[in-house]
Amino acid sequence: MLILTCPYCGVSGEETEFHAGGEAHLKRFGPGSSDADFESYLFHRENPKGVHFERWRHVSGCGKWFHAARCTTTLEVFGTYTAQTSEPPQSIKDAITAKRPGWTWRDFA
Amino acid sequence: MVVGQIFDRSITNRARRAMKGIRRMSMKRYSVFAIAREAARYHSGWERAWKSPQPKKRYDAIIIGAGGHGLATAYYLGKNHGITNVAILEKGWLGGGNTGRNTTIIRSNYLQDPSAAIYEKARSLYETMSQDLNMNVMFSPRGVIMLAQTEHEVRGYERTAHANALQGVKTEFIGPERVKELVPIINIDGPRYPVLGGLWQARGGTARHDAVAWGYARACSAMGMDIIQQCEVTGVRRDGGKVVGVDTTKGAIECNKLGVVVAGHSGVISEMAGFRLPIESVALQALVSEPIKPCMDVVVMANTVHGYMSQSDKGEMVIGGGTDGFNNYTQRGSFHHVEETVRALIETFPIISRLKMLRQWGGIVDVTGDRSPIISKTPVDGMFINCGWGTGGFKAIPGSGWAMAEMIAKGEPGALAAEFGMDRFVEGRFIDESVAAGVAH
Ligand SMILES: Cc1cc2nc3c(=O)[nH]c(=O)nc-3n(C[C@H](O)[C@H](O)[C@H](O)COP(=O)(O)OP(=O)(O)OC[C@H]3O[C@@H](n4cnc5c(N)ncnc54)[C@H](O)[C@@H]3O)c2cc1C
Ligand SMILES: [Zn+2]
Repeated sequence: MLILTCPYCGVSGEETEFHAGGEAHLKRFGPGSSDADFESYLFHRENPKGVHFERWRHVSGCGKWFHAARCTTTLEVFGTYTAQTSEPPQSIKDAITAKRPGWTWRDFA
Repeated sequence: MVVGQIFDRSITNRARRAMKGIRRMSMKRYSVFAIAREAARYHSGWERAWKSPQPKKRYDAIIIGAGGHGLATAYYLGKNHGITNVAILEKGWLGGGNTGRNTTIIRSNYLQDPSAAIYEKARSLYETMSQDLNMNVMFSPRGVIMLAQTEHEVRGYERTAHANALQGVKTEFIGPERVKELVPIINIDGPRYPVLGGLWQARGGTARHDAVAWGYARACSAMGMDIIQQCEVTGVRRDGGKVVGVDTTKGAIECNKLGVVVAGHSGVISEMAGFRLPIESVALQALVSEPIKPCMDVVVMANTVHGYMSQSDKGEMVIGGGTDGFNNYTQRGSFHHVEETVRALIETFPIISRLKMLRQWGGIVDVTGDRSPIISKTPVDGMFINCGWGTGGFKAIPGSGWAMAEMIAKGEPGALAAEFGMDRFVEGRFIDESVAAGVAH
């Protein structure tokens, strides 16, 4: 069972209280972009076996969108953070490094 | 005394068998005579169904993944194209991925033409698979009903029935009385979602999933191919944009052509080769009940309420539902999905409300944006990929292997595979089955 803590209202709940919103920090491409960039933005996903950054919504709570850093092989949650950022904050990166030494942040999409 | 006799007999037999194995590479045929012969000698003479060789230095073609799709690809490379210098590399045991975890529903009542073509090709190959592979895969064309439980679904399935008629796939839309006749244990009156009819495919059904993998593996091994288990691919070797081999936990192996058929792990391999896929890996679960007397001899899928059920030969009710919502590689799913699935099915089949569930398990399925598979060339020359079968690829195994083998052998996709290239996501040329089937097993 996946337990997440909403960074906005502070409530911890199991996954049925939340809704998964897919990979986070995608670079958005729209009209005027190349076909390849647009395709990448819409469809290509990192889908990693390991550290994953993703969007969640606290649907049965405050309703806010937020970010989570999670391991897809253990379901361990490294931390959750605000949606108003295009990169995880240093504290989250440090929390991941402490548990997954050698891990590096990459620019996505 | 008796024990001693069996013991002696098995020692001499083992020795004889070892000698034979060295002298003769071809496999023994399974038949009623073989069963009688073995029964008369305490079943001491059955050979191993496939060899377990060490990898050679080089192969014409390497297939990554010994699931149904990978093994079928290798089989048709040999059978249809005469390419037998082939290795199939498997990180675990063959058939231990989704092929050994699915609920074995076979049907070809898809909406879009390219889907109907490849799924019907596969379904028709299932009809003769036991004979073709000399392995009883227990194909049971008992019929599959997809229930229509909303007006929208009625219209959707009527449309599919018309599309199937044009595609040459035999299905029909049936009314609620016919559904009740076929499935006496069903509650067609609701309360929430009354059964308004159903899409019926009389030659759909189930097969024994393990036997499909074992049958292909045995046939591949008999053609001289190497199935190498406990051998994980850890890198894809390239030279000037062309694939030249793979790194594995058993060392580097060279190849001219590489076929990637790893389902939920497709993204892991594509990253090794430097490209991304329009795929996300999520958990899909299934469960079985305690065995009960025969009560339902067709497969029933209820897509609006997200649940489906069939009865195994052992009497267990085999149950499945929808996927989890988030990326996952753990091969176990969330409990609330089990609860949702069972809750929905109890409304439709009140008889199961007191059944105990025995086992639950999960597999990691590879889901694409349009819920259709990818059978495609890749940005790396000589490297081909077959993935994206998601929640519903067991039924496709023979057709998919057929199409993938053709593409690997010729370097270009044939008619069956052509529409399933990954370039469809650039062009927006989707094969949209997500609307056609809420649950696509
Ligand atoms: C619970 C459940 C129910 C389902 N129900 C149905 C159904 O009723 N009908 C239906 O048609 N489909 C169903 N499916 C879908 C079906 O199981 C899959 O689409 C199909 O089995 C995929 O086969 P495959 O050979 O592509 O993958 P798999 O059988 O998963 O084989 C891939 C293999 O690749 C190996 N591999 C991965 N990475 C590496 C590596 N780096 N090196 C070496 N080997 C590697 C894996 O170990 C695995 O054995 C269901 C799936 C699940 C999980
Ligand atoms: Zn909240």
